[in-house]
Amino acid sequence: MSAFSDMTSVSRRGFLQGTGGLVFTFAVGGGASDSAAQGAAGRLNAYVTINPNGAITIMMPAPEMGQGVNTTLPLIVAEELDADWSKVTVQQAPVAAAYNHPVFRAQYQVASLTTRGYWMPLRTAGAQARRVLIDAAAQRWGVPASELATEPSTVVHAASGRRLTYGEIAGFAQVPATLPEIKPEELKPVDRFRLLGKNVGRIDIADKSTGKQVYAIDIQVPDMLYGTVAWAPVRDSKPTSFNRDEIKAQRGIVDAVALDEGIGIVGRTVEDVFAARRKLKAVWSNAPGSKVDSAKEAQEYLTHLRDPNRKGVVVREAGDASAAIAGAARMMTGEYTSDYVYHAQMEPMCCTASVTPAGVEVWAGTQWPTKSVEEAAKAAGVTPDKVKFHTLQMGGGYGRRAFVEYVPDAVLLSKAVGKPVKMILSREDDVRNARMRPLTAQKIDVGLDASGKIVGWRHRLAAEPVTDYLYDKARLEAQKGNDIIVVAGADVPFYDVPAFVTDHVYEARGVRVAAWRGIGAGYTNFAVEGMIDELALQAGKDPLEYRMALLKDARAKKVIERVAQLSEWGRRREGRALGIAFNKLGLPPVGFSMTGTVAEISLNRASGEIRVHNLWCVADVGLPLQPDNTAAQIEGSLVFSVSAALKEQITLKNGEVQQSNYHDYPVLRMSEAPDIKVEILGSGPVPLPVGELSIGGTAPAIAGAFFALTGKRLRDLPMSPERVKKALA
Amino acid sequence: MTAFTLNGKAVDVSADADTPLLWVIREHLKLTGTKFGCGAAQCGACTVHINGEPARSCSVPLADAAEKQVTTIEGLSPNGRHPLQKAWIAEQVPQCGYCQSGQIMQAAALLKKNPKPSREQIVEHMDGNLCRCGTYGRIIAAIQRASREV
Repeated sequence: MSAFSDMTSVSRRGFLQGTGGLVFTFAVGGGASDSAAQGAAGRLNAYVTINPNGAITIMMPAPEMGQGVNTTLPLIVAEELDADWSKVTVQQAPVAAAYNHPVFRAQYQVASLTTRGYWMPLRTAGAQARRVLIDAAAQRWGVPASELATEPSTVVHAASGRRLTYGEIAGFAQVPATLPEIKPEELKPVDRFRLLGKNVGRIDIADKSTGKQVYAIDIQVPDMLYGTVAWAPVRDSKPTSFNRDEIKAQRGIVDAVALDEGIGIVGRTVEDVFAARRKLKAVWSNAPGSKVDSAKEAQEYLTHLRDPNRKGVVVREAGDASAAIAGAARMMTGEYTSDYVYHAQMEPMCCTASVTPAGVEVWAGTQWPTKSVEEAAKAAGVTPDKVKFHTLQMGGGYGRRAFVEYVPDAVLLSKAVGKPVKMILSREDDVRNARMRPLTAQKIDVGLDASGKIVGWRHRLAAEPVTDYLYDKARLEAQKGNDIIVVAGADVPFYDVPAFVTDHVYEARGVRVAAWRGIGAGYTNFAVEGMIDELALQAGKDPLEYRMALLKDARAKKVIERVAQLSEWGRRREGRALGIAFNKLGLPPVGFSMTGTVAEISLNRASGEIRVHNLWCVADVGLPLQPDNTAAQIEGSLVFSVSAALKEQITLKNGEVQQSNYHDYPVLRMSEAPDIKVEILGSGPVPLPVGELSIGGTAPAIAGAFFALTGKRLRDLPMSPERVKKALA
Repeated sequence: MTAFTLNGKAVDVSADADTPLLWVIREHLKLTGTKFGCGAAQCGACTVHINGEPARSCSVPLADAAEKQVTTIEGLSPNGRHPLQKAWIAEQVPQCGYCQSGQIMQAAALLKKNPKPSREQIVEHMDGNLCRCGTYGRIIAAIQRASREV
């Protein structure tokens, strides 16, 4: 994250005047490799193109997985450009270094940082284009640029009443040798925004309501075959043998090939390929993960956490928490666990690839276009510049499509048969090849002085590391072992806690683990806020009152105070109860967004089912750029997190996923979804992370409500009927 | 050969009679608005109308569509202006959008039979359609909006 200061850097790179109008090219946060990559690909790196007829094209540098950045990011450019939004067309940018996210230095979409990261580069790009238009008009009119202003897509000279539209300027403008430099203080003040902060509708809603939106699974290429891949049931397991002759003899099957960690089948139709897949019989090599039995893992992990000699990687530390706890008058301990969960995105993994003498072309929905191109090139045996890559809308991402293994798979299948192949995983293979949020155990020790004040907080967490699997070992080492994805949220920076320490005990078992929407906060905040509830109880305080006293940050207090008001916290409900939780998302250089969440639940004591009737969520997101879309993201995450809190669970036997489809991996349905009320609070001039923000508050709010209703604590996720009944027994 | 009517046009398909209708529509006839989600009638992403009734096309063999009227999202309205589609825009329903063709087709079948459904009737009718992005609240609001406007 040290690169974050570079978010504002926009290098000046020249300016091209095409025959059809003006094309402004900018390199955003890139290094020396930009020009080489662009030159080699022969591509024009443009954010803004203005046609003499007034049409404006704005490049969308990031992929879109449902969070609406394909509206928000171009809107940032349009705001600073002072464009008439009705004349703007958004175009998906190619994979090129010029469009890299300034933090990740790649086109890569994780950690709810897309808008936050591109914020300053895109503002600067828009402002720079506007300045060029103004300068060109000034030159034509022979007046100082300082006398000119803009209205939507128009430069105006108030003193003489003259006006030129952006299209008119594009028809004559001269090209400056270097683009003007825009200083941050020259950007449009937030209070003069006319597009950002309003509800400009998403650009993709009409297509998504008429079946016109194109996903990777929809690609049709002439002469195309179909493929699927049976991934090994366990990470790092290899196909030893399989019934290749039998598979090849099936109707419509063209070939069946062993891949590094799976078996690919190619045929003339998708139905033939899926039918043959069901007849596959394979022997797989044993791998370290083959021994994993998830039913035993949580207790093993807890045993490790209880052993003070079992040291983990210290990932957060302030003061000397262990000394403070050792010297405390009293210590409280809480132990928590969470099971594996699966992304369950609606579009199964799929990719179309064409490796023919004509070249290499790939169509995929991916959170990591840059890596996808690299992997496609490697699989095809070409250099990345030879891959023509199409970044497509994802049918859900949630972290799953940060893995791109399906891209080289499709390329390898196409290469094997010499024809384009659309590779689709069946739902069963998508589940079998799940990249999961890791199973975790956590132990929190809190030291209290004689007056009950917290003196030290120790948070221990055991889980399979994700970073070395998603990236590689070198990356985890470079982070000094700090597996940011796994430990996210395992700290209490906004509570009045003088000393805390967090360590991560690696449970490197060889399970396919991943970033999953909300990353660590999905379980760490369940533990943290669960402990806060227990501390409140021992202090004889109401959970709301205790949080308001312990929170030391004004924004944090505000989201809690406001959500308490919205939910009428003090009002008793017959047969129902409320729970409350604070959650935060971010990192110090990014800034934190925050939520207060209240859940209202009832309980069927016979079946053990918890019903969440209402959720209230107040979110401070910094500067909300699209308030209604921000609310939509919060609403969606709340549903997603209720699903995980109550229902979702992958189990492993001999390392193999035991679930196969939505019938045995049920996700929340409409009839189970709570009524949701979201309030967005603005604070400050910067948009903060949104997409995963409201995941972490839900489970602890539900658990708090369960305690209020029953006097019993739930400390294991999911809070399934079986666990509820056990807690009540 | 299996003959049926797709969005008002006669089609004749040579695929095997046991081919799931979903693949016939999507891959043979290339109307890709209907989505593959689970292949097991668990998620509703593949919902189409067969003789006006909502059906999970992933689990309907082609033979069962013979001589019937099949309508997909592409054929719901001539110009994408079905009251539900307008309501979907007004309520800004979709996020990733992948399930939404199925949601709209499922909802359209409801409004055809029951133009003024209660909230409970909406939820009961829509419960087989999953949305992983969690747009359920907006789907309900959009169906209610369309119901007011038809």
